[in-house]
Amino acid sequence: MGAESISSRQSIELRETNRRTFISRLALIGRYAILIALAASFLLPFYWMASSAMKDDSQVFTVPPRWIPSPAYISNFWNAWQVQNFNQFAFNTIFKYAIPSTIGTVLSSTLVAYSFARLRWPGRDTMFAICLGTLMIPFQVKLVPLFIIFKHLGWINTYLPLVVPSFFADAFFIFMMRQFLRSIPMELSEAARIDGASEFQTLVQVILPLCKPALTVVALFAFLGAWNDYLGPLIYINSEPEWTLALAIQRMGRAMSEVGNKTLAYPYLMAVSTIVTMPILVVFFFAQRSFIEGISLSGVKG
Amino acid sequence: MAVAITKAPRMSRARRHELFYGLLFASPWLVGFVLWTIFPVLSSLYYSFTRYDLLQPPVFIGLTNYTNLLTDDDFFLVIQNTLWWVILSSPIGVASAFLMAVLLNTKIFARSAFRAIFFFPSIVPVIVVSSVWAFVLNIQYGAINATLRALELQTIPFLSSPEYAKPTLLLIHTWMQGGAMVIFLATLQDVPRELYDAATIDGAGSWNRFWSITIPMCSPVILFNMVMAFIGGFQNFALPWLLTQGGPNRSTEFFSIYLYRNAFQYLRMGKASALAWIMFMVIITFTVILFRSSARWVYYRSE
Repeated sequence: MGAESISSRQSIELRETNRRTFISRLALIGRYAILIALAASFLLPFYWMASSAMKDDSQVFTVPPRWIPSPAYISNFWNAWQVQNFNQFAFNTIFKYAIPSTIGTVLSSTLVAYSFARLRWPGRDTMFAICLGTLMIPFQVKLVPLFIIFKHLGWINTYLPLVVPSFFADAFFIFMMRQFLRSIPMELSEAARIDGASEFQTLVQVILPLCKPALTVVALFAFLGAWNDYLGPLIYINSEPEWTLALAIQRMGRAMSEVGNKTLAYPYLMAVSTIVTMPILVVFFFAQRSFIEGISLSGVKG
Repeated sequence: MAVAITKAPRMSRARRHELFYGLLFASPWLVGFVLWTIFPVLSSLYYSFTRYDLLQPPVFIGLTNYTNLLTDDDFFLVIQNTLWWVILSSPIGVASAFLMAVLLNTKIFARSAFRAIFFFPSIVPVIVVSSVWAFVLNIQYGAINATLRALELQTIPFLSSPEYAKPTLLLIHTWMQGGAMVIFLATLQDVPRELYDAATIDGAGSWNRFWSITIPMCSPVILFNMVMAFIGGFQNFALPWLLTQGGPNRSTEFFSIYLYRNAFQYLRMGKASALAWIMFMVIITFTVILFRSSARWVYYRSE
């Protein structure tokens, strides 16, 4: 009687452990199924973009959709780029907007963050709180008055409204840079001070060499912000020779829906979109760690 | 305030020195704050009490811009659309970012590759995102509808019907939550392991550990991401502007689009400024409510 109950208890326990491993194995399969489904949903639109870029119209307008273009017209990339003066738009985006505004952001946010992170002055913490508070002001509130200011200055249809403010430090980048600067031991600054270095020398010779990763992150995000910006150019840039890539792509898409479908409209739109995405993919591939660190730092440990 | 301190009579030399350098290094932001924030914000308030078309000088008309909105049917339509968007997109966006982070924080194969893939859409230009989705969701030859047609199923008018347009935008928005996800992932990795070990010894299952450790430990960051999502949600512009231009049948005419139209298509700078101030006040109210409520559900680790 007693022995029987022990063995039955053992078999229940055995069944229980079997059930457990079964469930955990099921959970594992489920986890990978979800991961792969999600990854597919993130990747397939980009695959569709890149593959459609190499189709001709007969492969675009077909049911069922064709996932692998054959024949693949690689020349579409080159031809799409020639449809409009995309060299000029790329030049505008990079040299008139992204590079100058990146320089402005890195210089100004480093100086200001240094003051907020490593100098002690009366009123500092209040000013920093106000600085962070400006992040809550929606851009729409400043949209109209800034447009009017820049119009009075004669800056409309130039890149000045997009570049000049970047030299006055943006709260987001100040915050990001300050997080880095605070993590450098204060003793280093004290030592430099005792050696007779001025504040500026301390910053340039002692602190800056230590925050190359931080500077990379800020530069990366500033550049990406300009490269991806749509609203800024939409408001301030209106003549075609001054367009950014984003404005040119938008016009391509609009023309397609308004004028009707011209030959190869979809493949060319996708080709240009692919080309504009490529640099981001490459930079992301090599600087993934910087991206992830930058984003994490902007959110945590506030 | 800083000025008052400068004028204070007795201040040691060292403190004056500190203040001088502090202000000097912070000066780009201080000057920019006056030029690009205080001045525009105050002039926006002033413009909101005027009629101004950029051609004639602004005419002061008191509260007319605000009172006119009370009888403006478009305004109420836009408010409805925007509230729909904010109330759904913020929690759904934050929840999906959080769940993706939790999933990536488990022991899985090729974790950093998955993380990169999940994150990537959030750094692609919005113009590319919208061009690609417009094509993928195209009613006739988009990848999805062409597949449905091949299977002789009903096509889905994702962006071309008033019923589907808002949910479709919400889906694309949720697809771009990589930034919030990465922030959550960093937070999850900071949760002390001992807590989970202790809970496991006490017999807590994975579900219990999730509810009584993971969520409370991440709650400050959930709050942070919720606030950012609310603020961003009210300002939602580029995606609907590029994908639907407020249509079809004005079903995606959100607050920012209406404001943009008034400012730059109808040149009603006064009305646009009034709209902007209403949005500003609503954002502040929402944020304050969120922070107030947070005392009840956010757990702060003592330092």
